[in-house]
Amino acid sequence: MGLHDEGTRVRVFMLGWEFPPFISGGLGTACYGLTKALDQLGVRVTFVLPKMVDSQYATHVRLLTPQAKRQEIVRRVARTDELTNVSFRAIMSPLQAYATPKSYDEKVEQVLRLRRETTTWSGSGDGGGGADYAGDLYREVHRYASLAMDMAKGEEFDIIHAHDWMTYPAGVGVAMMSGKPLVVHIHSTEFDRSGEHVNQMVYNIEREGMQRADRVIAVSHLTRSIVIGRYGIPGDKVEVVYNGVERSGVWSMTPETIKREEKIVLFLGRITMQKGPEYFLQAAKKVLDVMDNVKFVMAGSGDLMYRSVELAAQLGIGNKVLFTGFLRGDDVRRIFRMADLYVMPSVSEPFGIAPLEALDNDVPVIISKQSGVSEVLRHALKVDFWDVNEMANKIVAVLKYPPLRMTLRNHGNFEVRKLRWRDAAQSCLRIYEETLVPA
Amino acid sequence: MPSICFYFQVHQPMRLRHYTVFDNDDRYFDEGRNAAICKKVANKCYLPANRTLLRLIQQHKGRFRVAYSLTGILLEQLDRYSPEVLSTFHALAKTGCVEFLAETYYHSLSFLYSRKEFIEQVRKQIDLVRDLFGQTPKVFRNTELIYNNDLGLLIEAMGCFDAILTEGADHILGYRSPNFVYQPKGCRRLKMLLKNYSLSDDIAFRFSNRYWAQWPLTVEKFTRWINAVNGSGNVVNLFMDYETLGEHQWEDTGIFDFMRCLPGELLKHPDNDFKTPSEVVASYEPTGMIDVPHVISWADTERDLSAWLGNPMQSNAIHELYRLEKQIKRANDERILTDWRKLQASDHFYYMCTKYFADGDVHKYFNPYDSPYDSYINFMNVLDHLERRCAAKEAPILSCDSPPASGIPLAAVSV
Repeated sequence: MGLHDEGTRVRVFMLGWEFPPFISGGLGTACYGLTKALDQLGVRVTFVLPKMVDSQYATHVRLLTPQAKRQEIVRRVARTDELTNVSFRAIMSPLQAYATPKSYDEKVEQVLRLRRETTTWSGSGDGGGGADYAGDLYREVHRYASLAMDMAKGEEFDIIHAHDWMTYPAGVGVAMMSGKPLVVHIHSTEFDRSGEHVNQMVYNIEREGMQRADRVIAVSHLTRSIVIGRYGIPGDKVEVVYNGVERSGVWSMTPETIKREEKIVLFLGRITMQKGPEYFLQAAKKVLDVMDNVKFVMAGSGDLMYRSVELAAQLGIGNKVLFTGFLRGDDVRRIFRMADLYVMPSVSEPFGIAPLEALDNDVPVIISKQSGVSEVLRHALKVDFWDVNEMANKIVAVLKYPPLRMTLRNHGNFEVRKLRWRDAAQSCLRIYEETLVPA
Repeated sequence: MPSICFYFQVHQPMRLRHYTVFDNDDRYFDEGRNAAICKKVANKCYLPANRTLLRLIQQHKGRFRVAYSLTGILLEQLDRYSPEVLSTFHALAKTGCVEFLAETYYHSLSFLYSRKEFIEQVRKQIDLVRDLFGQTPKVFRNTELIYNNDLGLLIEAMGCFDAILTEGADHILGYRSPNFVYQPKGCRRLKMLLKNYSLSDDIAFRFSNRYWAQWPLTVEKFTRWINAVNGSGNVVNLFMDYETLGEHQWEDTGIFDFMRCLPGELLKHPDNDFKTPSEVVASYEPTGMIDVPHVISWADTERDLSAWLGNPMQSNAIHELYRLEKQIKRANDERILTDWRKLQASDHFYYMCTKYFADGDVHKYFNPYDSPYDSYINFMNVLDHLERRCAAKEAPILSCDSPPASGIPLAAVSV
């Protein structure tokens, strides 16, 4: 294929999200895992992501902003040394993974407050072309698109790859301007995030992105069928590429010698409607009706966090449910090490990387049947998210029967090793090549 | 010279209903599903196959002969859900050309865990066959053809059997052929018939496989293979699940036509005949001794116990089940005992098998569960409830009675 030949290597203009160590969820994890694996395949990636100029983590990537006309404030990147074929470009923007119109407003508000307090800010905030944010999320998404187009003018690439809806207008814009093909990657749809209360503007942006794209990548068949059924995209354009999991690299025996009095059942993820926190709590209540020595830990934050605290109290299990807030990095690993079981009761989960991480950490998992990951995991317990009785039944069984835990863990850990980012990257590369050389 | 010995295994387990840790009643079995499966298999296999074989026996005026092993729990279900199947078995029994074999009533693995329980189940099965078909089984086959030397000794010691059947596994035969009668190691009277797995599986598994080099399997071709045994063997033992006819191999594969024509074609050769297992052992003397120190079975390519006891869930479930034996028998409650015994069917452990789960395959056959894990959870929930029922029954007795005489029943069985 001549992949390593400078002349024929595919160059990707990738519109992505988040990079370690500041990852807030599966979207960032996926962008990182995929990009790293593409890098190893010799694909050259220009990775574009939004950054707040005053965010505390701006130091981590090599920042090239269009405002600075590309004569850069080059801030050293911790990890670029291992990514030899990837260069980073940041666009000053308050866009964040998982933003909603409401959270966007709050974020802008917070940033403005911060700027008023620290008077060192020197940018212009008049909302014109020079501003680093727009008044609402939709305008910001389009402002981001025009900045991305500016940036793309100075870049060389063969194909554009955009991840999730906020980058689609940018992807479409860059594709129009450059004449290069566009691949959009669906990590979640508005139907997953909002149930049936779909935000029409978000839906429109998603649909236009998918329509304008040359190829659409869905993270599961579940998502592919939504893309086809709900967005009317022809099936031959939509392909499934499953996510992988980054092996922790630490091979641990996790001996069960540390006998704790209490078992720990873990929920880890954003505490939002999509993730089904209330089903977790209702199942917890049922478990506690028949078992006493169990604690339920909810790790994560989100707009249903306070309601979940209230619900736990209402169910009379407040003393058995712990909320840790948002966890990252080592804390995530630590909480996995403590857990006897991980439960993902998502109402709608396009993929779901967290269960793979749990298995990688030797924690058995219960996942909802309404998840993409249940298409690839056989050695996991599966329930309908709404079936709290069955969820509780399975939680009790895992806690009560060590042979069940052992079998799930052994087979699950083995199975998860087969889900590699390398395979996902290879599929993406094939899709790029097919798109670049139309049959 | 070769005799053809057909034996068909006929069994359906009683599948459990979905039973959670929150359930608290003693309705463990899924009546609806068991009835539906029983009727479905009756229509696709048992009825058409029985009628086909009955006609063959009549047509060949007794020269076509077969053997069946029907489990007690299948017969109970037929009685309840498909009595017409039972009456066709009666008709077959009346021809005098059909032999019924002995096995454990509950299609259990009890030989491996409790000799006492094993013997009780075999006796119960013999009684049922005698009551239904007026015939006392003289040949024994163990669940899944599970066998080792100890089983041979036990069966001989029971004193009522002439022969035992098992798998003609390569590693127990070595260079020898399965097409002879053998003697189990340590036995003096008992004879042994070994399944010719190659010819049996040509029908049972490969018949409709279009990727098989020998497909399609015609009656002429199969007869040629059997005739080739002429001079180098006495008997070809074709042992298979009865569901092969119509259920594993659907009618449209031509399996019934194959069976209809096979006896006529085989009998064209003057040296061939059909014999039931008892007739085989009456006709031929053992040509050698078979030593099976380690347990074998007819399952999968491993021919071992890993399909039922290969993972920690399976061995945990079965150990917990047999751990209850004394307690169950002490409770002296017929319904508790019967429920416990129905849980012994090997199928419950087969459903927990993770061996080929990733590929999904034969293990899926009529498997009521989505995964081996679901099956284990369900089984353990039922077992847990059964134990509590048992304890509730036992508690008052223990408090007023003298200590339970735990030694007595065990001593009575040591063989």
